[in-house]
Amino acid sequence: MIEFRNVTKFYGSFRALDDVTETIARGEVVVICGPSGSGKSTLIRTINRLEPIDSGQILLDGEDIHRPGLDVDRFRSGIGFVFQQFNLFPHLSVLENCTLAPMKVRGLSEAAARERALALLERVGLAGKAQSYPAQLSGGQQQRVAIARALAMEPPLMLFDEPTSALDPEMVSEVLLVIRDLAHKGQTLVIVTHEMGFAREVADRIFFMDEGRILERASPEDFFERPQHPRARQFLSDLRSPFARSV
Amino acid sequence: MIDLIRNYWLYFLVGQYPQGPLGGLALTLLLGVAALGLALPLGVVLGLARTSSHRVIRWPVTALVYVVRGTPLLMVIFWAYFFLPAITGQQTSQFNTMLAALVLFNGAYLAEIVRAGIQGIPRGQSECARALGLGYWQSMRAVILPQALRNMLPSLVAQFVTTLKETSLGYIIGLSEVSFIAGQINAQVLTKPVAVYTILALTYFVLCFGLSRIVRLLEKRTQRSSVVMP
Repeated sequence: MIEFRNVTKFYGSFRALDDVTETIARGEVVVICGPSGSGKSTLIRTINRLEPIDSGQILLDGEDIHRPGLDVDRFRSGIGFVFQQFNLFPHLSVLENCTLAPMKVRGLSEAAARERALALLERVGLAGKAQSYPAQLSGGQQQRVAIARALAMEPPLMLFDEPTSALDPEMVSEVLLVIRDLAHKGQTLVIVTHEMGFAREVADRIFFMDEGRILERASPEDFFERPQHPRARQFLSDLRSPFARSV
Repeated sequence: MIDLIRNYWLYFLVGQYPQGPLGGLALTLLLGVAALGLALPLGVVLGLARTSSHRVIRWPVTALVYVVRGTPLLMVIFWAYFFLPAITGQQTSQFNTMLAALVLFNGAYLAEIVRAGIQGIPRGQSECARALGLGYWQSMRAVILPQALRNMLPSLVAQFVTTLKETSLGYIIGLSEVSFIAGQINAQVLTKPVAVYTILALTYFVLCFGLSRIVRLLEKRTQRSSVVMP
């Protein structure tokens, strides 16, 4: 579904992505992990062109998505993106947040968009909050609304960029449960996260990144039990240190 | 003072109308409303251009904004007075001259308020709107501008009040707005300049204070959804 071909990206002289070549299949759940600054977020943001790339190609269903002249808006509407900071629209109600894009981009009628949004809010456990405004919700609730909003476009692909990193610890699991539900329903997911227990449970494959490269790609079991690359071993042992969250 | 008001109130309010052209307070209000009504859209357009990622759009507008902001309004009025007829080839009325000067001048100031308002909205908002598939204009209209305009409201009101007061500079090109009329009344009465100009001052105060209050009420009514995300 997604194919990276020798993708390289610089921020100034800093090499954020270094010759990344990889393929992600439809229906696959991929978790990307690695230390801060390793290029995880950059990689996921190149998939819907929030970040331009300097060389290489990214193909989505065979189409080069960084070629000039591509209808960016149409292409992006087929990819759900969930941000670390939720980015709900604060001047719109929860319901309006979820109906805005389906109406404006897909041309759905208000009634149809509303029906779809309410069904999705139900699915993320927030049907009762449809008329609330984002500021009235907890972080975990806001992130679940953000997921519902992305799903309202019925995207074949969903990207999560550290969806729980801005949350208080007690709200992490409510969001992870929603994402796990998506994984079990066969949705194609690419998730950047530091929640290793979650990664181990839902991922089909785990990519370990450092210095802009994917150093290791493995099943969760192989990755956690038999990491090959020295950097990956180091990363996992740091995670297991006394004050880190347990794996 | 009572005599003064009794004798000149109609002249003060509408000038020589209906025997002559409309003037006085009515003309001031008309000019103020027209200037605000045209300057705000111009300010939004210029402000958007100021934040554009295309240099061909951003640079000329930036230059225009700097030039206008670096010039006294009086200069812009003289400019309009002498240059508009030269450009269009026909006589421009004093009202239109003043209106053009006010719209250009305030458009430039409003552009900076709009630019600051847009840039004050977290980047994540437009990124997120675009990630949902909304186009540039759609995300501006539905996501960015509604939030930005609300944040800009206090600065906008301050600029509106300034505009209203600036209409008095029409005096200089002989536009018979309320300050000019007050001058005329003073010239006829001769003995009561303090009373005449006190009434004029109070008139401006009531207008400007009223405008601030109305907007404050609007602000309160929309507060419900103006709360910023944590």
